[in-house]
Amino acid sequence: MEDQNNGFEAEDTLQPKDNPRRDFLKKSSLLTAVALTPGVAVKAAENHLDEKIAAVFEKLSLDVTVNGTAHNLSVEPRVTLLDLLREQLHLTGTKKGCDYGQCGACTVHVDGHRVNSCLTLAMMVDGKKVTTIEGLAKGDELHPMQEAFIKHDGFQCGYCTPGQIMSAVACIREGHANSEAEIREYMSGNICRCGAYPNIVNAIQEVKTGGQQV
Amino acid sequence: MKQQELLNIPPFTEGIDRVDGRLKVTGAAKYAAEFEVPGMTYAVFANSTITKGTIKTIDIKAAEKAPGVLAVFTYLNAPKVPGYETGGDPSKPPSGGGPLKLFVDNTVKYNGQPVAMVIADSFERATYAASLVKAEYNKEAHQTDTSKVLDKAATPKGSRFADYKRGTPDDWQSAPVKLETEYVVPIDVHNPMELSAIIAHWTADDKLTVYDKTQGVKSTQNAIAQAFKLPPDNVQVTAKFVGGAFGNALRTWPHEIAAVMAAKQVKRPVKLVLTREMQFYTVGYRPYTWQKINVGATADGKLTSIVHEARAQTSSFEEFTEGTVNMTRFMYACPNVGTIYKITPVDVNTPTWMRGPGEATGAFALESAIDELADKLNMDPIELRIRNHADIDPQNGKPFSTKYLKEAYQMGADKIGWQNRKNKPRSVQENGWLIGYGMGSGVFGAGRGRATVKATMQSDGTLLLQTAVTDIGVGTGTAMTQIASEVFTGIPVSKIKFELGDSSLPPSPTQGGSMITSTVGGAVHDACIALKEKFQQLIGNGGTDKPDYAQVLKDKNLPQLDVTITSSGSSEMRNFSSYSYSVHFVQVKVHPKTGVVRVNKVVSVADSGHIVSPKTARSQVIGGAIGGIGMALMEEGVIDHRFGRYVNADLAGYHVPVHADIPQIEALFVNKPDYKVNPMGAKGMGEIALIGMSAAVANAVYNATGKRIRELPITPDKLLG
Repeated sequence: MEDQNNGFEAEDTLQPKDNPRRDFLKKSSLLTAVALTPGVAVKAAENHLDEKIAAVFEKLSLDVTVNGTAHNLSVEPRVTLLDLLREQLHLTGTKKGCDYGQCGACTVHVDGHRVNSCLTLAMMVDGKKVTTIEGLAKGDELHPMQEAFIKHDGFQCGYCTPGQIMSAVACIREGHANSEAEIREYMSGNICRCGAYPNIVNAIQEVKTGGQQV
Repeated sequence: MKQQELLNIPPFTEGIDRVDGRLKVTGAAKYAAEFEVPGMTYAVFANSTITKGTIKTIDIKAAEKAPGVLAVFTYLNAPKVPGYETGGDPSKPPSGGGPLKLFVDNTVKYNGQPVAMVIADSFERATYAASLVKAEYNKEAHQTDTSKVLDKAATPKGSRFADYKRGTPDDWQSAPVKLETEYVVPIDVHNPMELSAIIAHWTADDKLTVYDKTQGVKSTQNAIAQAFKLPPDNVQVTAKFVGGAFGNALRTWPHEIAAVMAAKQVKRPVKLVLTREMQFYTVGYRPYTWQKINVGATADGKLTSIVHEARAQTSSFEEFTEGTVNMTRFMYACPNVGTIYKITPVDVNTPTWMRGPGEATGAFALESAIDELADKLNMDPIELRIRNHADIDPQNGKPFSTKYLKEAYQMGADKIGWQNRKNKPRSVQENGWLIGYGMGSGVFGAGRGRATVKATMQSDGTLLLQTAVTDIGVGTGTAMTQIASEVFTGIPVSKIKFELGDSSLPPSPTQGGSMITSTVGGAVHDACIALKEKFQQLIGNGGTDKPDYAQVLKDKNLPQLDVTITSSGSSEMRNFSSYSYSVHFVQVKVHPKTGVVRVNKVVSVADSGHIVSPKTARSQVIGGAIGGIGMALMEEGVIDHRFGRYVNADLAGYHVPVHADIPQIEALFVNKPDYKVNPMGAKGMGEIALIGMSAAVANAVYNATGKRIRELPITPDKLLG
C-alpha cells in the first residue's frame, strides 16, 4: 500500500500544474535569444521558437511500415497508433469508436495479428508492419473478405466495417472460424450498432468455406 | 399511369448490392472527421463535474500556456454567437424551452456540460490542455432521478399532447376481465459507432464549410446560418457518409455551434470529435419513461377500454416530447380509449428521438399488456390481436390506405413455428434451459414529405440524381438507384449515380421518421418520369421508349439534359390513415439458475408496402430487430443520482448486442404496394424494425419462465429471486 501511495506522489511531482519543464524550455530558449539582441528575442517568441525547440525534446523517432510503405516518423510518445494513422498519415479507414478498446472499430493488423489501434501507442509498433483496411486489397482487386461483405451486405452505415473486416480476416487466420458459434465468439470484440451481425457471420463463413487465401 | 411503371419489380428479388459498398469495405468512405483541411486544429471540451450550480472560478492559465494551445474558451471570454444574442434558437428546440447555449454564462445545468473548450494544434495537446482547466463551483441541490419526480410531471404545451379520450375509457374498472400494470423503459443511448464529429472551416469572413455528422445537411445549414446570421447559401454542410445515428444527429447540437464559433475566432479549421463518454452527455438519448396501462375486456377477449398513461423525463431547460402513447389510440379496435402523456424535468441533458421514438417505448407497454391479457384469458396472443383487429382507424374512422397486419401475423407464426408454443408458461425445457416464444407488433406512420431532385442525363449515358438527403446507413442511395432504374428501364444500375449529403444540392428533408424512401424516392421517381418525357419530346413521334440516351444527346448536339422536380404526397392521402406495421417473433431460452436470457430465433415481418431495395431492406429489418433485442435485454444508461453522473458512459458499461448475442434472423416482407402513399407503393421501415421487439422478447421470457418483467432491460437479476 505504501509503495502504491509513493508511486502516486512521485507521479504527481512529475506533472505539477504549472508544467515547469515547459516553462524552463520556454525561458531558456528566450534567455538564449536575449543574449543575442532584443529584436531577435522578440522575433523568436513571435515565431514560437520556444515551441519548436520544445517539440524536439517531446518527440521520438518511429520506424514503421504501413501497408507496405516504410515511414520514418517523429511522434509524441502519447500518440496512439489509431490517431497516428488517422491524423498524421491520413489513413482514415481505421475508425475511432471509443478510444478504450471496447468497440473494435479501430482494428488493424500488427505483424499479422489483430490489435485495437486505440489501445496501442504508436511507439509500440516501432520496427513492425501495420496493415490497415486500405492495405487489404491488391490494387483494384478486393480481398475475398471485402467481396464477401459486399455480397452478404455485412454492413449498413459502414463505420465499423473496416474493423470487422480486419478482425474477420484475422479470425480465419487464427483458426477461429470453424463454426457459426465460434465466429460469433471470436468476432464479439467488434461491435456493429446497425446490427449487421448475421450478414457478417455469413460473409466470414463463405470466405472460410471458400478456401481462398486470406 | 405512373404507378404502373413500378409494378413490374418482381417481388422478393435479391436486390442490388449496396451502391457505396466498395467505398465502405475499402475504407475510402469519408465520415465527418475524416476530411483533410490545411491548418487543422483540434477542439477538446473540459466538462462540468457538478450537476447543478454556477461556476465560481475557472482557471485556464495552465491550459493556455500548454504547448500548441491556440485558445481556451469559457463563458468569460467566448465571443458572442450573434444568433444567440437575438434570442433566435439556432438549434431548434423540439417543443418548448430553449436549447443549451454553451459559454454564455456561468450556470451549470447538468453534469458533463462543457465549461471550457481548448483549441490546439494536435488532438493530444488539446486533450492534455483540457485536463489543466480547473473550475470551482457553487453547488446546488440536483435531481436526476426521474422516478422520484413522476408526480411533478405535467402535460406539455400543444394540442398534440393534450389528454386523449374516446368514449368512456375509465370503464375498464368494471369490465369482466381487467388488467392494471406499470412498465418502465430506462434511458437508452443511441451510441452509433461513429462519434459525433464536426470540422468547421471558415473560407471567408462570412462563409464556411462544415463537415458534420448530421442526419440533415439542410437543417444544419439553416441552424448555423441562423446562429451566425449568415445567408444560408454561405454555409455549406457536407455529410457524405454518416456512421449511424439512430436519431442522435437529427438536431444541431450546442457542440456544433461551439466548434463553428471557435473556428471563426482562431481563424483556422477546427475539428471536434466527441468522446464516447460525451455521447451520453451531449447528443440525446431515449428518455426514462414510466407507463401505466389499464385494460378492460370481455371474457371472450374483446377489448372494451384502454387507458395508457406515460410520464417521461426531459431536461430542466427544454421540453422534449414524443409519441409514446399514440399507438394505443388506433392499434386495436377498442371503443373506449384514453391516453395521457406528461413530462417531468430533471437535471440532465435533453433527450432526443431514438429509433422508433416514443412508439418503441409505448409498444413495450401496450404489447406487453396485450400479452398479459391473453395470458389472463388463456388465449393465444395472436388470436387475441386478431379478435381486436382494427379494420378502420378507430381514432378518426378513416380507412387504412393498406394494412396487411393479419398476413404479417401468419407469415411470422409459420416461420418461427408458433404452433410449438405452449400457452401455459414455463412448460418447455431443453437441456436445462427454459424455452419460450413471444411476439409483439409495431406501427409507425407512413407519410410522404417534400423533396427536390435534379435528374441529369449526361453525355455518356450516365443518369445523375442529386438531392441533399443523407444516408445514415439505411441504403438510401441504393434504394434510389433501384427506383430510378425501374423508371428508366434499360439503364443498368452501374450507369446511375445518386449524389447526396451536401447542402448545396436540391433540398431534401432530414433523414428520420421512416420518411426518406417515400419522400425522396417519390421525387426521384417523378424526376425520372419528367426526364423521360423530356427525351420523348426531343425525339418526337415514333421514337422508342428505351432510346440510347447518349446517342440522342449526341444527335441533338446537347451536352446533357436535366430536370429539377419538387414533389410531395397527393392530397388523396388525407382521406386515409397510412401506417407501416411490423410483427416480431422470438424464441428465447432462459437459464433457470442464472437468469441468463439467450435469443435463439428471431423472425421479423414488415408490412411496409412495396420493397424497392430488397437487400438493404432485409439488413434494415435485421438491424432494427437487433436494436430491439438490445433494448429488451441489456441497454440502460445508469446514473449515480448522488452525483448526477453516468456510471456506465462507455461501451464496456453500456451494453449493446455483440456478435455472440445474436442468432440468424429472418426478415420477411408482406411486400404489397401502397400506392396511396407514393408511386412506388413503398412505406418506411426504419422505425417498425425496432418497435415492438422489446415486448416480443419480454413476452417470450414470460412464456419461458412465468416471470413478467415490466422494467427494461431484462437482466438476469430481475429473473432471479
